[in-house]
Amino acid sequence: MNLKGIAAAPGYAIGPAFVMKDTGVKVERRTLSAAEAKAEVVRFSEIVKQAIEQVKEIQEQARVKMGDEQAEIFESHILVLHDDEFVGRTKELIEEKSINAEAALAEVTEELVTFFEGMDNEYMNERAADFRDLSRRLLNLLTGVKQTSLSDFEEPVVLITDDLTPSDSAQLDRDRVAGFATNIGGRTSHSAIMARSMEIPAVVGLKDVTERLQDGDMVILDGTTGNMIVKPTAEQIAEYEAKKVNFEKRKSEFKNYLNAASVTSDGHQVELVANIGNPGDAHNAHKNGAEGIGLFRTEFLYMGRPNFPTEEEQFAAYKEVAETFGKDHPIVIRTLDIGGDKELDYLELPKEMNPFLGYRAIRLCLDEQEMFKTQLRAILRASAFGNVKIMYPMIATIVELRAANAILAEVKAELDAAGVAYNKELEVGIMIEIPAAVLVSDQLAKEADFFSIGTNDLVQYTMAADRMNQKVSHLTQPMNPSVLRLIRMVIENAHREGKWVGMCGEMAGNPVAVPLLLGLGLDEFSMSASSILPARVLMSKISLADAKEAAVKALDMQTAEEIECFVQESFPEIAEVL
Amino acid sequence: MQQQTFTIKNPTGVHARPAGAILKKASQFACKVEIEKADGTRVSAKGMVGLLKLGLKQNDQVTVITDGDGEVEALQAVGEVLETVFE
Repeated sequence: MNLKGIAAAPGYAIGPAFVMKDTGVKVERRTLSAAEAKAEVVRFSEIVKQAIEQVKEIQEQARVKMGDEQAEIFESHILVLHDDEFVGRTKELIEEKSINAEAALAEVTEELVTFFEGMDNEYMNERAADFRDLSRRLLNLLTGVKQTSLSDFEEPVVLITDDLTPSDSAQLDRDRVAGFATNIGGRTSHSAIMARSMEIPAVVGLKDVTERLQDGDMVILDGTTGNMIVKPTAEQIAEYEAKKVNFEKRKSEFKNYLNAASVTSDGHQVELVANIGNPGDAHNAHKNGAEGIGLFRTEFLYMGRPNFPTEEEQFAAYKEVAETFGKDHPIVIRTLDIGGDKELDYLELPKEMNPFLGYRAIRLCLDEQEMFKTQLRAILRASAFGNVKIMYPMIATIVELRAANAILAEVKAELDAAGVAYNKELEVGIMIEIPAAVLVSDQLAKEADFFSIGTNDLVQYTMAADRMNQKVSHLTQPMNPSVLRLIRMVIENAHREGKWVGMCGEMAGNPVAVPLLLGLGLDEFSMSASSILPARVLMSKISLADAKEAAVKALDMQTAEEIECFVQESFPEIAEVL
Repeated sequence: MQQQTFTIKNPTGVHARPAGAILKKASQFACKVEIEKADGTRVSAKGMVGLLKLGLKQNDQVTVITDGDGEVEALQAVGEVLETVFE
């Protein structure tokens, strides 16, 4: 039997199922006398104290097994156990209605669970599970029922349950639980987050898996795809054993590359950095081995708000990212890149027939000079705290570059006059995403400190095709000869002037493109955080010499298919990191 | 009594971790500390459940109202935490 759920934590688990049904403590409602009710409130207070002790212990277990971040969940549990709206309200109900603690607790819990489940926010819906978890803990203490400890298993099982509460998750022992599957939940459930943190494969949202399996049923759990195979054949078991071995091998191999330099097998070094959309992403990028940020999209500061972001707000965000990486690591901040297709309440942007060919990015900024200067000022101030660089998007002509730099010079003069610190040597580069810029990149290279190739838009403008339009998206394949020739031209022109070239489009993080990009001389690769380690591993296995040779051959080929096949065949290492 | 408006900057809004931080900061002050959402819902900043119930998201504007000992300090301190970007 094959079941399909939501992939919650990657990896493979093969073993007997252990079905944990929620026995659910029966809540009896008893009416009490006034005196009994008073005593009941005292009893409940004692129980709450015990519960807090229990959660503190679990918090410690979690801290040891999963680290400080996951242990924080229990901090919030402890705070809820001190909260008037939960504990206080229960005590009130006991006295008001003269009922036992169990019944009062059940009522308050239901109210809160219903409230949070009704909220318009997935994260908040999950909080309902927190309240159920706490309620169950208190209930068990009140009724003296012992909970099955998850650390009691003899051999590694695949745990099958309705949902895994944070407390349950924290007590999972990796030696005893090979993986788990639940009826409910999604990628952002506590159970999923903790599974990923503890690196235990998990599948959630299987709807009724607790009903469909019995204890002892052999199970294969594929946490990477969300598939589950019940009572697999010997062949399937062998297949997944192999996948599991490969997965574990790759995981430990990748970990070794976390702080390693990005070097080819013959010693050529490049920079692997991340694309981010907000400061929160920066921490994730850092954790995934990024050497810096190759594209810091700043639109988040401007969107979904009633007014312009202030210089202070912007400065705080840029500074935070700069400080996440430290002084030796580049942070390339792209100035505002929005246009008519995005709504801003506080800026009248014209409705356009062709927003992608319209009034946006640098064109908008060169007109809205106050707005542009505010951003530049914030970026310059942040440059005192890290290796910050500025990048202008959508440059089509040298006139635009000169105009932007003139405004930047004005801002610098203002800061100098006010005695505000900034990095006077800060690099200012441009995105190459418009074909016009590629064609005069030899001239632009004399006046820009670096280029970053934005392949996503460059491909669309070059091929005159919308990658979101299914009828023509086949034309937006990045390994297209025209695109590769443009890339070669940009890199050659930049290098002739002694300037470096990076790439921040999706192509940079595509393993199939990496050998050619290396061979063409790309200096910096900026991609999503999760693509960094695979790219670094791949680079370490191929030589620049081979990559250069392949690039020369590939750029004479006539079709994208031909080029892709050629690269895959010439570099079998690619398959190892896919 | 003091009050001031602040903007939530954390990309994932005020979930358990930020709520805990706000609560901890507010609880350091003897005065009353309340948070009011744009739609008028007002809760004590010293209670976890109330804070979570507000369901604050990035870019939401909230008013902090403090009343009592240390109300000026409390206002700025709590406001700072509200505008903090957590991981």
